[in-house]
Amino acid sequence: MIWIDTLVQGILLGGLYALFAAGLSLVFGIMRLVNLAHGDLIVFAAYLILVGVQVLGLSPWVSALVAMPLMFGFGWLLQTVVLNRVLGKDILPPLLVTFGLSVTLQNGLLEGFSADSQRIPAGTLEGASLDLGLVTVGVMPLLTFVSAVAAILALNWVFYHTPLGRSFRATSDDPVAAGLMGIEPKRIFAIATGIAMVVVTLAALYLGMRANFDPSIGPARLIYAFEAVIIGGLGSLWGTLAGGIIVGVAQTLGAAVNPEWQILAGHIAFLAVMLLKPRGLFPRAVD
Amino acid sequence: MYRLTTRTRAGTATAVAILILVVVGVMLPAFASRSMIQDLFFILTMLTLAQLWNLLAGYGGLVSVGQQAFVGIGAYAMFAGVILLGWDPVWAIPLGGLAAFLLAVPTAFFAFRLQGAYFAIGTWVIAEVTRLLVAQWKALGGGTGTSLPREATRNIIGTDAIQALFGVRDAAARDILAYWLALVLVVLATAGIYWLLRSRLGLALAAVRDNVDAAQSVGVDAGKLKWAVFLIAAAATGLTGALIFMQTARISPDAAFAVTDWTAYVIFIVVIGGIGTIEGPILGVLVFYMLRSVLADYGSWYLMTLGVLAIVIMLFAPTGLWGLISTRSGLHLFPVRRRLTGAKIEGEN
Amino acid sequence: MLLETHALTASYGQFRALFGVDIAVAAGECVAVIGANGAGKSTLMRSVTGVIRNQPGMVLHRGEPIGALTSAEIMKRGIAMVPEGRRLFPSLTVEENLLIGGQARKAPGPWNIDTVYDLFPILRERRKSPGTALSGGQQQMVAIGRGLMSNPELLLCDEISLGLAPVVIRDIYAALPKIRASGAAIVLVEQDIGKALSVADRVYCMMEGRVTLTAKAAEVSRQEIHAAYFGEAA
Repeated sequence: MIWIDTLVQGILLGGLYALFAAGLSLVFGIMRLVNLAHGDLIVFAAYLILVGVQVLGLSPWVSALVAMPLMFGFGWLLQTVVLNRVLGKDILPPLLVTFGLSVTLQNGLLEGFSADSQRIPAGTLEGASLDLGLVTVGVMPLLTFVSAVAAILALNWVFYHTPLGRSFRATSDDPVAAGLMGIEPKRIFAIATGIAMVVVTLAALYLGMRANFDPSIGPARLIYAFEAVIIGGLGSLWGTLAGGIIVGVAQTLGAAVNPEWQILAGHIAFLAVMLLKPRGLFPRAVD
Repeated sequence: MYRLTTRTRAGTATAVAILILVVVGVMLPAFASRSMIQDLFFILTMLTLAQLWNLLAGYGGLVSVGQQAFVGIGAYAMFAGVILLGWDPVWAIPLGGLAAFLLAVPTAFFAFRLQGAYFAIGTWVIAEVTRLLVAQWKALGGGTGTSLPREATRNIIGTDAIQALFGVRDAAARDILAYWLALVLVVLATAGIYWLLRSRLGLALAAVRDNVDAAQSVGVDAGKLKWAVFLIAAAATGLTGALIFMQTARISPDAAFAVTDWTAYVIFIVVIGGIGTIEGPILGVLVFYMLRSVLADYGSWYLMTLGVLAIVIMLFAPTGLWGLISTRSGLHLFPVRRRLTGAKIEGEN
Repeated sequence: MLLETHALTASYGQFRALFGVDIAVAAGECVAVIGANGAGKSTLMRSVTGVIRNQPGMVLHRGEPIGALTSAEIMKRGIAMVPEGRRLFPSLTVEENLLIGGQARKAPGPWNIDTVYDLFPILRERRKSPGTALSGGQQQMVAIGRGLMSNPELLLCDEISLGLAPVVIRDIYAALPKIRASGAAIVLVEQDIGKALSVADRVYCMMEGRVTLTAKAAEVSRQEIHAAYFGEAA
């Protein structure tokens, strides 16, 4: 019985990781961009939401809703002004630029908000739980998981059933041919990063409500997110959810054996998948 | 008569200048203050790490974000040698190189299955795994870390002689010893890389960097080459890590496996100076140190500046500061390019 | 003139591919550009469609300089391209491949998904297949249909018969008169001289990055073409 409980908790934790990873997966799938600042962008969005709550007195949900268009604009600008200039065959320039961005964001937040731990108040939801008969689950983890599934459903709908999604896929396949169709690849990339930042804001809301955060925790979230993306396979959003769940379950199983092994178990699951399937479980695009 | 040579006038001048610099460097502890020696130690060790990362990424095309694994394992192996085996710290440093080498073998086996971005993330995850595993090593302090025992640090080989020679105290003598070792390491690493690039291996590396398939077709074994570069860089990074933590005499998993200190900074140094050149990291480490000195009192502003600088350089001068200088002046202090010399060659410009 | 190039030059690094090319295409006209492999035909197409950027004045659309515009900007002006090698999007179905051709530019005209399916009925049956699952000839039909979806003033066709069986080439060429009848001008880049001359009003022959012959298709002799194509008297 305890194992079923652990498994369920792991799957729900996987939802959080999938949420961290969904935006990364979108951007990675469309433009092969490795954004090493992704984790720090989640933390940045969490502070943005926190400001809305503390300074403007908004509820966390409303604050996140306000933050989303701001983050979209930020992502759009970031892609247009910085990242579009370094995209190319060589992966080194984008890697280095986003690494620089990561360090800049971390220390900017440190300067603005100090190293103190913060939390977005979630009110009555914080400790609430739901008895599902076989297991009892926290309302917050459940909500996170449902949000992750909803976010992936929405992204998939955009990706496969709208003209914008068509442009995403076409640009991902062949940016030059997409240009000949009147699609400006750089504009498409900017929109994609903007959308990724909206998902990042949603991830930040749950990150901030579920646990304490401070400016330094971004890189660890980035690693979990990347593990989810890579396990799932390039360009597959459902694969990313599966990847998140694998990391989440491995972590909770590890923690059940020895609390110190939680993170380690997640990484080892990742390494094991990479050893068996270097391109992930459900690769969509051929790279 | 034509002759294939890499020698240039600037290259010869550099050799002389470096010889003088090394001699001055060796004698420096006679006049320099202890804080200056410590600063130089920092510069030299960071330069070594930067040259090694440059070898990996700039010449070998292996963009690793996990070099902290080798710094950390090297440092911990040195501590293990001292604490568990009772070795002198100086003799335990090679143990650090060996441990890093041994870690690099399975790392390469795993990471070489991954391409590009996956490789970068894969190496980072391996470094994290190593950190978490080392944090389980209770004999070396687990997650909180440990210090070198006082008996071990007080009797490090050679410190007595240094104390007598310069009339300094025990701790200062240890700094001088570490500084000398750092000097040896940086000269060996730079000279080694330089030699490597001028050898047939360097030619093969350049071929692989330009076009893997073409290089394979003329008989260059790209796979073996990657292995060689990765293992060499890892072992030398391990030695450097061991030396760095011999000087601090205190270790913890978070410090020894810090991605910021041992990879981010190192990458910034290489990028700012100029990737794919030997001059670049040297220039980069000087800029890095100057920024650190100027902005030291402003805490996180320093790192922000560094991050922004790296972004700006990548956007507007992707070949780095040295790239700007050498394209303007045609200067190559460490010539690795082969040129034909002899009678005037038809069509040469 | 619908489209003109003026002393158009282009290089790939050190290698110069075009040395001052002048061509002109009038509205509704069908022009063939022929030449051997490496003559510069495809480079000319890449320059006209902004895949290679030029000096603004080297390419004119209705007298306005477009040489420095992006591919997307040029396409939105009504110059559509059927690229060499077809370059369908593997992640898109046949229908999506067609739809994306008319997505960025919405101009009134005869072409829409239904009229394209009428032009190439086989595509209607395969509409749900991934574009790259089709035969070469069918893929070429998708590429042409995709180009038509934006109702372009000018359709540039780069090597549409390359690598296809003669019977398939015949089917594809059979569609060209219908496309002309709809009002679009066509530039046909071809190595197959006979095919090109059978539908074109005028012909340019290129060799080594230069235009070596400009003539009316009905009047040109085999000897003239041979000389311009191979650079020697027949």
